[in-house]
Amino acid sequence: MNDPHNIRSVTGVDIELKIAGAGARSYAFLIDWHIRLIIALAWYIVGTVVVWGSLTPGEQSSAQFPLYLYAVLIPALVVYGLYHVVLEIVMRGSTPGKRIAGVRIVTQAGHTPGVFALLLRNVLRMFDSLPFGYAIGLTCAILTRQSVRIGDLAAGTVLVYQQSGSQALDVAQFANQDLDFAKVELVNELLDRWDELDPDKRRGLGQKLLVQMGRDGAEALDESTLKGELFELTGRRG
Amino acid sequence: MSSENARQQWINQRVGRWQQIEASLEDLSDGKPLSMDTLRDAMRAYPELAADLAYVRAEAPHSQIVNYLDKLYREMHRVLHLPARSRVEDLRHFLKFEVPGLMKLLSGKILAVTALFVLTGFAGWWLIATFPDLIGLVASPAMVDQVQEGKLWTDDLLNIMPSSVLAIGIFTNNVAVTLTAMVFGVLYGLGTLYIISLNGIMLGGVFSFVHKYGFSDELLRFVVAHGFVELSIICIAGGVGFYIGEAIARPGHLTRLQSFQQATRNGLRLLMLCIPFMIGAGVIEGYISPDASYSMAFCTTVGIVYWIVFGYALAGWPGLFNPKLDPAASGEHRS
Repeated sequence: MNDPHNIRSVTGVDIELKIAGAGARSYAFLIDWHIRLIIALAWYIVGTVVVWGSLTPGEQSSAQFPLYLYAVLIPALVVYGLYHVVLEIVMRGSTPGKRIAGVRIVTQAGHTPGVFALLLRNVLRMFDSLPFGYAIGLTCAILTRQSVRIGDLAAGTVLVYQQSGSQALDVAQFANQDLDFAKVELVNELLDRWDELDPDKRRGLGQKLLVQMGRDGAEALDESTLKGELFELTGRRG
Repeated sequence: MSSENARQQWINQRVGRWQQIEASLEDLSDGKPLSMDTLRDAMRAYPELAADLAYVRAEAPHSQIVNYLDKLYREMHRVLHLPARSRVEDLRHFLKFEVPGLMKLLSGKILAVTALFVLTGFAGWWLIATFPDLIGLVASPAMVDQVQEGKLWTDDLLNIMPSSVLAIGIFTNNVAVTLTAMVFGVLYGLGTLYIISLNGIMLGGVFSFVHKYGFSDELLRFVVAHGFVELSIICIAGGVGFYIGEAIARPGHLTRLQSFQQATRNGLRLLMLCIPFMIGAGVIEGYISPDASYSMAFCTTVGIVYWIVFGYALAGWPGLFNPKLDPAASGEHRS
């Protein structure tokens, strides 16, 4: 993950924006691309069959061409071509793909971007998509500190993670815990480093922590049960 | 009471409030009209979250509760800073003051692009007049064949497709050319230089070619009704492209990024005004230009009148929208 981008707030407490990298950006784009392609293709195929009676033009096709154009071809092209700009404006810096990928567009100050900024970043999509497969945009996202493409540079926007981590938290689990912050922190650190540690050492550390917290029979727990109990203690979802 | 117990008690007290804020964030994000109480509560929640976050950041910087409050605080910051809705006043200000201001700012570059377009147009004319075999570079084989057979490709346009379809196709093409001329200014203005020169050479070359076969008057009749505005918009887009290119090459007292942001924002704002006029040009090109029943005089009148209206819009609609600022209008009231 990229370095967080800190913003000063009027309250005096900084806001930490977690910048989404080229990977998250591409993931969101691919989801959006599939959604708009599927909708546009479905509209095109169903519309063509409804208007022409088949997928190929028949004898009366030329007479029905205006209807075909306005009801089938143009809407399909509009869905495909204006998907990003319309949805980003309507959903205030998000799209279904970005939502699934857990990212959204915000301004450099962490604000919801305005219509004009969203228009601008989409107009410059034309340049970012060159010469093929968003090569310029992707290269720019890989090379820039905030992982932004040319359109974002122009509009002053960044793509940030909407959630602070991969885990969704249920705040109710913080209440009425027997653990204090310091112990929670220790357990969290152990869980964060779990995969890097030697299996025997991590099991030993986990068992010691549970014993200190008064869990009887912690020494007999197998690794997955032990890890599950540690997650439960911290309120994290593994 | 130990400090651990005190901290846990504090969390127990705050959890309910955090849940309440989390729920209210969904309403705030929707953008629906909200009650004054909800808004007041959101305004109170923001500093409350800041204080809570500062406390847990100090006490347990790597804990999950920090992540949770970070997210709440970030979301509250975002939704409290939604951009203001555009008002009619903003549109009036844009049309009345911003557009003429931007035109003044870009006038030198737009004139330079226009001069480039005219020069390359003459160059294209000369090129095809001197080396007729090069016509394949600026016109499609179908166009060349039709002219050599004694008719213009524009003659049959309305037989091939209805005016409305033609107008939509032309509008789409115009938008693409205009935005390309602007966006390719990112390449230090060289992309714009290439696009404008290419368009100039093509237009001049095609006119030279049809002139040889005696169709230049007919092509001029086709072009004149929509051409003034259409070509003006392309020149403006080219001027914007040069402006962006210069902003990157010579940022002045700003950083290169700031200068680029300023130029693209200003440029796109100016082109926003051009979009309705591009629609109008598309309609004229779809309905009037290809119809041979309209005379040259009629087409010229349409072209010039439309061009004057466009120029009037670029000048900020003098005398319209804001009668209080118009001395002539205020004079009438006094008398």
